[in-house]
Amino acid sequence: MTQVLINAPKTARKGEVIELKALILHVMETGFRPGTNGRIIPRNIIERFTASWNGAEILRMDLSPAIAANPFVSFFAVATESGKITFRWTGDEGFVVEESVAIDVA
Amino acid sequence: MALALLPAVFAASFAMAQAGADRAGADKRRSGYQDMGVALQKMQDDDTANPGMLFVQLGQQLWAKPAGANNKACADCHSLADMKGVAARYPAMSKDGDKPIDLEGRIRLCRTVNQQAEPLATESRELLSLAAFVANQSRGLPITPPADPRLAPFREQGAAIYERRQGQLNLSCAICHDDNAGKKLAGVTIPEAHPTGYPLYRLEWQALGSLKRRLRNCLIGIRAEAYPYDAVEYVALEIYLMDRARGMVFESPGVRP
Amino acid sequence: MPGTEEGTTTRRTFIAGAALVSVLPLAPARATPEAMAAAIKEVVGDNAIREGRVTLDLPPLIENGNAVPLTVSVDSPMSEADHIKAIHVFNEKNPQPHVFDARLGPRNGKAVVATRIKLGDSQKIVAIAETSKGEFFSASADVIVTLAACLEDLT
Repeated sequence: MTQVLINAPKTARKGEVIELKALILHVMETGFRPGTNGRIIPRNIIERFTASWNGAEILRMDLSPAIAANPFVSFFAVATESGKITFRWTGDEGFVVEESVAIDVA
Repeated sequence: MALALLPAVFAASFAMAQAGADRAGADKRRSGYQDMGVALQKMQDDDTANPGMLFVQLGQQLWAKPAGANNKACADCHSLADMKGVAARYPAMSKDGDKPIDLEGRIRLCRTVNQQAEPLATESRELLSLAAFVANQSRGLPITPPADPRLAPFREQGAAIYERRQGQLNLSCAICHDDNAGKKLAGVTIPEAHPTGYPLYRLEWQALGSLKRRLRNCLIGIRAEAYPYDAVEYVALEIYLMDRARGMVFESPGVRP
Repeated sequence: MPGTEEGTTTRRTFIAGAALVSVLPLAPARATPEAMAAAIKEVVGDNAIREGRVTLDLPPLIENGNAVPLTVSVDSPMSEADHIKAIHVFNEKNPQPHVFDARLGPRNGKAVVATRIKLGDSQKIVAIAETSKGEFFSASADVIVTLAACLEDLT
């Protein structure tokens, strides 16, 4: 079970600049740390985070091993139209998680 | 999947609750929250920024999930309203036993005895998440240890461990957390060791952890031999520390460096 | 037995030594100020980097390097004609110089991105913003990372 927490307003005025926040459960293992057996723990990170508004990409972030475990991202968006905002995380070991929230824009 | 059921607003925010407590009297005790920088305080206060809330959400899912031979979920027996205040008064005596148990111990017992399910390992994500979900129902409430006389000998045992020097560094809990609280150790303020936020998300762990894990850290820190995971010594210490923090605001899931 | 006595002393010395070693940061490979400069050059090319417009917000004293809140804000109208198209963040002492690259545009309304990063040591952090006109602005911050006081065993 992958855990995701998203904070987005449910309604906004057209043209309003809203804050979007997203938090996801992920180890973000750097690939630089030795484990208890002395061997390096293989890298396992989220490499990319994207946000789209009704399918149109509004933010794309390429992440490195320097991003903290359980990555948190906050950013802004102009409320253009009602619909859904989709957040997508992809990374090592075939990691793909997508989560959408609905928004009413009036 | 993200559940919309989460308590989205930290209604009784730490600051508000604390302001109330301050007005009530000259309580000089400080939660570790107050010893952190503003950035980490904000991380704890914002439910989308607090990584502990990921585990609270997982706990909420596990709470509703049937398990074991009786195919019962926690939610089948307990209403959520009944969980309010529970974490703020644990550890308590187990119903039939002669030993006190902490919140995690209570959940493990429920799991094996009532649900007839396979035990949850100590410090496992499942156990911590369930404990965090239950603990979160007490957020903003004062810590209120029960007035059960059977707890007294264990509280005294906890107090004695707290005062006793041990380990290669020959330190007691009290030397750091009473005598030197507020001073710096490796750049971090030594807290007064009030267990106000457990289970909590410690940045050092990059994960949620129990008070027991924190106590083990301290023992290892002073180069003492940690007690085994099921040792009554931890619960005794927890009883003593919760009593010492009586009346302080319960914050779980806390965030600490 | 004298032998036992001697053995005990040796073991104590070893444990003391091991305890010291365990607090040293493990660094199999490290970015350097040069590596960071090279990574920046890859993004910026031969363009000039100007100071200003970018604000890099980090706590002055970092209580734990495992999760350091960081906010980059860039002064921009974020219009079709004039906006920030990318924010790049670099560090000079983690194993790699890259922290993140964010692509944004007029749909963001505000050129502000926040996240949490890992910092293995006290060092300089650099944020570079790329405008739609192809200009580069930057800000940097020197951060002090303190070591955790109490470490636990990994077993």
